[in-house]
Amino acid sequence: MQNPASEPSRRGSMMTDPKVRAWVFQILAIGAVLGIGWYLFHNTQANLAQRGITSGFAFLNNPAGFGILQSLIDYTEGDTYGRVFVVGLLNTLLVSVLGIFIATIVGFVVGVARLSPNWLISRLAALYIEIFRNIPPLLQIFFWYFAVLRAMPPPRDSHALGETVFLNIRGLYLPSPTPAEGFWAFIVALVIAIAGCVALARWARVRHENTGRYFPVLWASLGILVVVPALFALVAGSPFHWSVPELTGFNFRGGWVVIPELVAITLALSIYTAAFIAEIVRAGIQAVSHGQTEAARSLGLRPGHILRLVIIPQALRVIIPPLTSQYLNLVKNSSLAAAIGYPDLVSVFAGTVLNQTGQAIETIAITMSVYLAISLSISLLMNWYNKRIALVER
Amino acid sequence: MKTVKTTLASVAALAALGLSVPASAGTTLDAVVKKGYVQCGVSDGLPGFSYTDQKGTFLGIDVDVCRAVAAAVFGDAAKVRFTPLTAKERFTALQSGEVDILSRNTTWTSTRDAGLGLSFTGVTYYDGQGFLVSTKLGVKSAKELDGAAVCIQAGTTTELNLSDYFRSNNLKYTPITYDRSDETVKALEAGRCDVLTSDQSQLYAQRIKLANPDGYIVLPEVISKEPLGPVVRRGDDEWFAIVRWALFAQINAEELGVTSANVEQLAKSSTNPDVRRLLGAEGEYGKDLRLPKDWAVKIVKQVGNYGEMFERNVGQGSELKIERGLNALWNKGGLQYAPPVR
Repeated sequence: MQNPASEPSRRGSMMTDPKVRAWVFQILAIGAVLGIGWYLFHNTQANLAQRGITSGFAFLNNPAGFGILQSLIDYTEGDTYGRVFVVGLLNTLLVSVLGIFIATIVGFVVGVARLSPNWLISRLAALYIEIFRNIPPLLQIFFWYFAVLRAMPPPRDSHALGETVFLNIRGLYLPSPTPAEGFWAFIVALVIAIAGCVALARWARVRHENTGRYFPVLWASLGILVVVPALFALVAGSPFHWSVPELTGFNFRGGWVVIPELVAITLALSIYTAAFIAEIVRAGIQAVSHGQTEAARSLGLRPGHILRLVIIPQALRVIIPPLTSQYLNLVKNSSLAAAIGYPDLVSVFAGTVLNQTGQAIETIAITMSVYLAISLSISLLMNWYNKRIALVER
Repeated sequence: MKTVKTTLASVAALAALGLSVPASAGTTLDAVVKKGYVQCGVSDGLPGFSYTDQKGTFLGIDVDVCRAVAAAVFGDAAKVRFTPLTAKERFTALQSGEVDILSRNTTWTSTRDAGLGLSFTGVTYYDGQGFLVSTKLGVKSAKELDGAAVCIQAGTTTELNLSDYFRSNNLKYTPITYDRSDETVKALEAGRCDVLTSDQSQLYAQRIKLANPDGYIVLPEVISKEPLGPVVRRGDDEWFAIVRWALFAQINAEELGVTSANVEQLAKSSTNPDVRRLLGAEGEYGKDLRLPKDWAVKIVKQVGNYGEMFERNVGQGSELKIERGLNALWNKGGLQYAPPVR
């Protein structure tokens, strides 16, 4: 608080007051930004109108009229451009989720292996990292798509696994389940089994805290998850009918198909990103001081436990922030899918829809906002997780 | 203070960006004359329509359409620069002013003519969509293609016709789309798809690119109308008329028997008033188009009449050996017809 008596004398020199000056400049800057934004918007609108180019978002309700290779929801050619957008978005999310999942697992395994005292394992991990980190992702996508998956046999000479699973140049054909008479019993069994696992984990933790003895929770849970539904299925009948792919005419019909475009983009992106994650994991582990390992060892912990209970939790604090950017990179790199014809958002919406409707500004704006929204959501989620695992000061 | 400076700098940069948004009021012809060449958007490698030879020279019917315009404007068919565009890029490139003419085997449709701010100036090639399949499949008709995987180029009318055809015939198909026509051909050869669909002219062109062209046939069905022609931005009627009449001059020349070999002689000695008007020996018909008097002479001399252009690029003088068919002159059973010069 300033002395009120001195105020009148200051009024004459408003611009010399740093506070006022800061406000003035900030207002001017905001005004300039808004003004330029308005000018760009207005200029675009005027130009579009002058050239007779249709604008607006009404096209989203028009029928699309073209087919899409892979769709996670029901889609036919008569559906709208709006639905095409959803189909493309889901395909992008599918690649992103699969990619992040695989890249995280591979990255952690390779990162830990990189620090292994075993010479062969650590060198193999180093080789993996150096190769895949240093080749551009687009080339890796081409490699998997054109070099590996294009070498598969035609449908009539498919690699077959027991007449139910088929692999050929058109993709991997798997039997698909459809609910049968025992379906609801199976769902009930699954719920019971999961509840059982949770209860088991709680009991094991309490026992561990009281007696210090370990219980193999993981293996026991897996057992429960298999045995309980199996028993229910014996009583109530099979939960699923299996629709087995069958070669009719040109292609296999029935069952699920994993298209080679999806495999190529997912493999390439997860292997590429995993190389970076491995380095992040290695750095994170090395950031935990060696004294921690020695202290844990002198407490009598086994090497596996030292890693899981002492080192990784501390390393995670270093790992999570750079890991977030790798996830973001993976999501953004998924737009390279357009290069091999995988029907992701960029290929289907910012590509085909843009060209069929000619509404470049609208489709590109929508596509950009979607990537922004996905990336910001991942950031928020990871920041929340980062806070949760942060050092709790007591 | 430093932050204020950087803010101001970025504001200035943004302002510069804003000002550089092109104002489209100026006429295309003036801009073209000023820069000294026509910027022409063509396809990214399609034998017969637009492709490059070993020396890197662009050849093809789509290329010649632009050369004819350059011949009319500058009297020199070489004053053209080419921008290869994918199907997806083409309209944006024309709308944004990156090219002056889009001559890229583009189908004339109502949406494109009315909704995109573009105008089609004419039809250089009457085409229709067909199917290319391996002879190994033993397919004789498109009706037998139920369940096939079909390779298509993304963002084309082909994609829409394909889905219409299969839907109306109650057939199922799997669309495999790529951005470039090269990729669709490679995918067909590798067996990723059973059948390649495109405009028939393109299928003939793509067939000769295959390692074993005899192992593939074009099915007899033509499932759509595909009138292909040059496109310009709407709102510049002067430029529109020049591009339109460059093609009409070629068609009229063929009809009147004017060829690249006899055009100069006919310009001097012909007594046929139609020929005299076309070649500028009589009247001032170039002036209305803001072109020199001998504009049509330059076109026919340097690029040829329509028939010469057709035979050289896609007809008997080329590897494609496509028949004139619908592209014959109107008085020879085809559809090519140009209004008279008078």
